[in-house]
Amino acid sequence: MPWAVMSGYADEGETAAGAFYTAVDVQDFRLRVTGVTLSYDNRVEVSAAQQAFEIKGVAGDIRQEIFSAKVRVAGDLIYGSMPQIATGVQFKNLLDGDIAEAVGADAADAGMDGYVSFTRLHLGAVGGYNLLWNLSLRATKANQMGLLGYGGDENAGYQLMPEASVAVLLDNGLAVGGEYRQKPDNLSAFSEDDFMDIFIAWFPNKQVNLTLAWADLGSIAGSEKQSGLYASLSAFFY
Amino acid sequence: MLRKALLFISLISWSVHAHCGSLYEDLGGREGIATVVDNFITEISFDPSIYPFFSKTNVPRLREKLEEQFCMLSGGPCEYTGDTMEKVHTGMHISSAEFNRTVELLQSAMDDAGVPFTTQNRLIRLLAPLREEIIRR
Repeated sequence: MPWAVMSGYADEGETAAGAFYTAVDVQDFRLRVTGVTLSYDNRVEVSAAQQAFEIKGVAGDIRQEIFSAKVRVAGDLIYGSMPQIATGVQFKNLLDGDIAEAVGADAADAGMDGYVSFTRLHLGAVGGYNLLWNLSLRATKANQMGLLGYGGDENAGYQLMPEASVAVLLDNGLAVGGEYRQKPDNLSAFSEDDFMDIFIAWFPNKQVNLTLAWADLGSIAGSEKQSGLYASLSAFFY
Repeated sequence: MLRKALLFISLISWSVHAHCGSLYEDLGGREGIATVVDNFITEISFDPSIYPFFSKTNVPRLREKLEEQFCMLSGGPCEYTGDTMEKVHTGMHISSAEFNRTVELLQSAMDDAGVPFTTQNRLIRLLAPLREEIIRR
């Protein structure tokens, strides 16, 4: 989910470039995401990712491309009176739209999300530990992030969905926290639930980040109570 | 009954005192702060991007003023007698990246002095508002 902070550690006048790989494995599905990200000046970020969604036991993934851009508009993560505020867009291309079409999606080829995010780190706020939170408001039509298309027979328009995260930094390289992401429920064929997870993120240095989470994804495409492990590795080269 | 209540109150005040000691005490008082400042100056002198800002600095004076400042901010029995942060840093054109790097050097200095992470965060929290008087001047 989007945060108001830019990828990598690029400060004013600096550039950060990195790649990431994420895998989520639940009872009936598996999702793999591969992507690259570039940020400049602690101000703008662009990224490209491809998702491959596997229905276990069924041949052929559902693939979706996501092209994103984000700009920091105000505030600061740590300093000053205002949280860091960023706004962004995600252009989503569904490469395998047959299932989205079959389940009644309004659009089975492409969709766009827009969001605004607020992120803040409070130094020493919890018994001396640093507290980090993020709140995003996303305007979206996506069904299961777009993997089942955009909009549906029950609702075809944009809806504003909040996403919230909170974490405590146990030391400079370790954070634990939780996230909640509200999602639309546009299709009469399948009910869609909100996502939530608890995570531990490890930052051994400024080049590498490993995040492990236990995610509760609820009902996905008619399969109830999907939950399992989430793992994400990011590496920054520059 | 009164004795029990008094005992209870003294236990509470003892535990509050034990767990919420002043930051000055948690930093190790005058001696602990002196170690942190010493380590900080060492970190700075070995950092190629930050050292140039201090190449003409009077180090004994810097040490004394930093000790006073950390002592006063953390609630210790000191008074900061140096110049304002704005006056000290004007003309240096310190960038946000250079400021952040210096905070990392202070964290290393505190690590080497054995200052716990939570105590480090409490000191940095008190220093954070000074950033506006330090950068881009």
